[in-house]
Amino acid sequence: MVSLNFYLSLSAMLFTIGVVGVLTRRNAIIVFMSIELMLNSVNLTLVAFSSFLGDATGQMLVFFVITIAAAEAAIGLAIIIALFRNKQTVNIDEINLLKW
Amino acid sequence: MTFEEAFVYILAAGAIVSALLVITRRNPINSVIYLVLNFFFLAALYLTLKAQFIAIIQILVYAGAIMVLFMFVIMLLNLGDEKQLRDRVTWKQMVAIGLSLAFVMQVIYIVGFGETDGMDAISAKAAEIGTVEYIGKELFSHYVLPIEAISVLIVLAVVGAIVLAKRKLD
Amino acid sequence: MYNLIGLVVLLPLIGAAVNGLVGWRIKNEKVIGIVGSATVGFSFVLSVLIFIEMLGRDVLNRAEVIDYFRWIGAGGLETSFAYQVDQLSILMTLVVTGVGFLIHVYSIGYMHGDPGFWRYFSYLNLFIFAMLNLVLADNFLLLFLGWEGVGLCSYLLIGFWYEKKFTGDAAKKAFVVNRIGDFGFLIGLFLIFVTFGTLKFEPLFLQASVMSVGEPVLFWITLMLFIGAVGKSAQIPLFVWLPDAMAGPTPVSALIHAATMVTAGVYMVARSATLYALAPLTLEIVAVIGLLTAVLAATIALTQNDIKKVLAYSTVSQLGYMFLALGVGAFWVGIFHVYTHAFFKALLFLGSGAVIHAMHHEQDIQKMGGLRKYMPKTYITFLIGAIAISGIPPLAGFFSKDEILAYVWHDGSVLLWVFAAITAGLTAFYMFRLVTLTFWGDPRFKEHGEHAKHPHEAPATMTVPLIILAVLSIIGGWVGIPKALGGGLAIKQFLAPVFERADRIMALPEHGVHAVDYVLILLSVAIAAAGIYVARLWYLKKPEIPGGLAKKYSGVYKVLSNKYYVDELYDAAIVNPTVKGSRKLLWRGIDVGIIDGIVNGLAKLVEIVSKYGRLVQVGVVQGYAVAFVFGIVFIIFWLLFR
Repeated sequence: MVSLNFYLSLSAMLFTIGVVGVLTRRNAIIVFMSIELMLNSVNLTLVAFSSFLGDATGQMLVFFVITIAAAEAAIGLAIIIALFRNKQTVNIDEINLLKW
Repeated sequence: MTFEEAFVYILAAGAIVSALLVITRRNPINSVIYLVLNFFFLAALYLTLKAQFIAIIQILVYAGAIMVLFMFVIMLLNLGDEKQLRDRVTWKQMVAIGLSLAFVMQVIYIVGFGETDGMDAISAKAAEIGTVEYIGKELFSHYVLPIEAISVLIVLAVVGAIVLAKRKLD
Repeated sequence: MYNLIGLVVLLPLIGAAVNGLVGWRIKNEKVIGIVGSATVGFSFVLSVLIFIEMLGRDVLNRAEVIDYFRWIGAGGLETSFAYQVDQLSILMTLVVTGVGFLIHVYSIGYMHGDPGFWRYFSYLNLFIFAMLNLVLADNFLLLFLGWEGVGLCSYLLIGFWYEKKFTGDAAKKAFVVNRIGDFGFLIGLFLIFVTFGTLKFEPLFLQASVMSVGEPVLFWITLMLFIGAVGKSAQIPLFVWLPDAMAGPTPVSALIHAATMVTAGVYMVARSATLYALAPLTLEIVAVIGLLTAVLAATIALTQNDIKKVLAYSTVSQLGYMFLALGVGAFWVGIFHVYTHAFFKALLFLGSGAVIHAMHHEQDIQKMGGLRKYMPKTYITFLIGAIAISGIPPLAGFFSKDEILAYVWHDGSVLLWVFAAITAGLTAFYMFRLVTLTFWGDPRFKEHGEHAKHPHEAPATMTVPLIILAVLSIIGGWVGIPKALGGGLAIKQFLAPVFERADRIMALPEHGVHAVDYVLILLSVAIAAAGIYVARLWYLKKPEIPGGLAKKYSGVYKVLSNKYYVDELYDAAIVNPTVKGSRKLLWRGIDVGIIDGIVNGLAKLVEIVSKYGRLVQVGVVQGYAVAFVFGIVFIIFWLLFR
């Protein structure tokens, strides 16, 4: 059988790939997709724990995470649209109004 | 190595490769497609963990609904390729990648050298709790308050998305 | 009935609350006046009922403590809102509510048309509330609450016409000078608590009564308490606020600065008689301070021309008399004088208020004269008050003053007696100087023509209280007719249980009736009569004499009319150095230099740090995310390898 550790390591790798995406990509939509990747890697952890421990809580949490992700996607994409409409770009290097 | 183990390893490799493709494609459309692929691999992994319901909604909600939304927005904005992906690998990006590698090493170190005794087999109850029946009962008994709260959140998200994306507020 | 004592205290507070909170909406002065007066009036009726019940009780059974609720309980300190109903407190309550009621009624007429009418009655009721707490408290802390309360009300009422600068200054002066005394009082309370572990009167005095006479801690306690009394009762060296307090409305002067509040110090010393009896040194200080104040204030009063100032110094002088009585151990006599003084001094002040009212706020007696024919009721009542304070039998002042002189003779020393008797003569003199210049002789103001004044008799709300107080000034002293004149000293018998412990400690011999008593009585009456005669002679028949004397002894006259330059002395010695020191050192030096310097320096530091620190904020979200991840990596690293 595949051990729990395998799933956790896999999840960590997927999460890190998501982090790298968030930190290096300039396209806001791809950054956003990287965030989805990170969320999914956490979901994998939760499901793995749920199955190995025989406890349903993990799967419940996954259910809620997916719901939040859906809401977040809707809002995030709406923000990106609004942003694009104002600045004609989704390059986050150019979105630096918070600068000193 | 049993057939089952081999199957899991193949799925894991597919998930990692597709994830890497997501963050390295210049064209966002390609990224989205690889992300969908990644979600399918993950759904299959959920199945190997005997979480049937989660696997199904992973495909239905994530791959089916959310990703379509992404695709739609990308096409709506008509974004081209990201030019500077490889022309300019800045020191910032190097730092980010270095930090991320450090992070993954840490986690694998914890997992590899931590105490996870008796965790090398899926629980006998796993098949039962992965069913729609079990999850449905749990959701509407123990988790009835969170699910109500989350439904309010969804409504708020809908309203918020409309307000944000609207051209003019009147 | 004893249980209703709480209501006696509460009623004026209700009145104060009603007038204070909704008074400004009530346009009708009568409603405000009736609410103010009726609450105090009911309090008076209730206390009379309690008094009657007390008289019906067995002598040993008359004192009772009514405990309402626990107020402060912290560590060893347990304090209740508890009222001690006994002979001393009920007597004070009767005086406070009774005289207070009359003054409330009088004020309806006097304050007529004042825009702050409701405010005035609210303060006045609040004052009665505080004063009742003071006299009825069964512990020092509640007494202190009342003590501070009357100080506050005094401040509010002196500065009642706050639009004038000098009333505000007078109010501030009263408050600050009182605070100096209160500081001593507070230290006294701390000492008591440290020594006895309680502030409740009965257990405290019980503990104290077994201590030995002359214990140093008792000396310090009593001295500190006396400093409080000196401030509140305007004795040397803190008497300077009382004459200035005349800036307030005249009924306030009558109620607060003559009849009740200033007697708080006397009451407090009498209440702590047990402690004072154990500290003979303090008692000597009390006697000397009292006598000095009496003499000093009486001599100042000789030369003052402001009708209220004369009465103010007379009050200071009479308070000195009371302390003299306390100082020689005659505690009940001190209270007796408080009681009679309340009547005739309130009467005199209210009479002067009527005069000022009639003369359109003219207070200079040199510009009065001949008012007898304009305002006969005021004249007669004022005359009765003047005779009473001078000590002519059978009016109230005679009995209490005579008792003081007798006790000073027997238990004090001849020297004290001589000065006290001279003061009595001076009192008679300046009081009749006042009467002569105000009511007798020919008018010295314009009676006809332009800018003429038309003095008129006061309205009934003002004259009726005057008449009642005049009657009380006549008969009030009859509860203390000395044995030499065939009386029973009823008030002494009545108050005896309260001072029983103190008397036992002092162990003063009981005085029988001696021939010397008759001589003393005759002497004191003769001195008073002489004072009256001289005043009438000098100011009515031969007005050139005082003028000549003033010229001949111009140095003395100047010193007296400038009140011994005490105010100037305090200004030079205390006020100016404080002001200058504050301005130069504390303000310019410490405040501007050091405190502002630190504040501005800190702001400068923050400015410099943020000028360069803000460059970290690049505004690119990914930059922040990198920092975020770095934080996570660092924390995990630390958790793993610490």
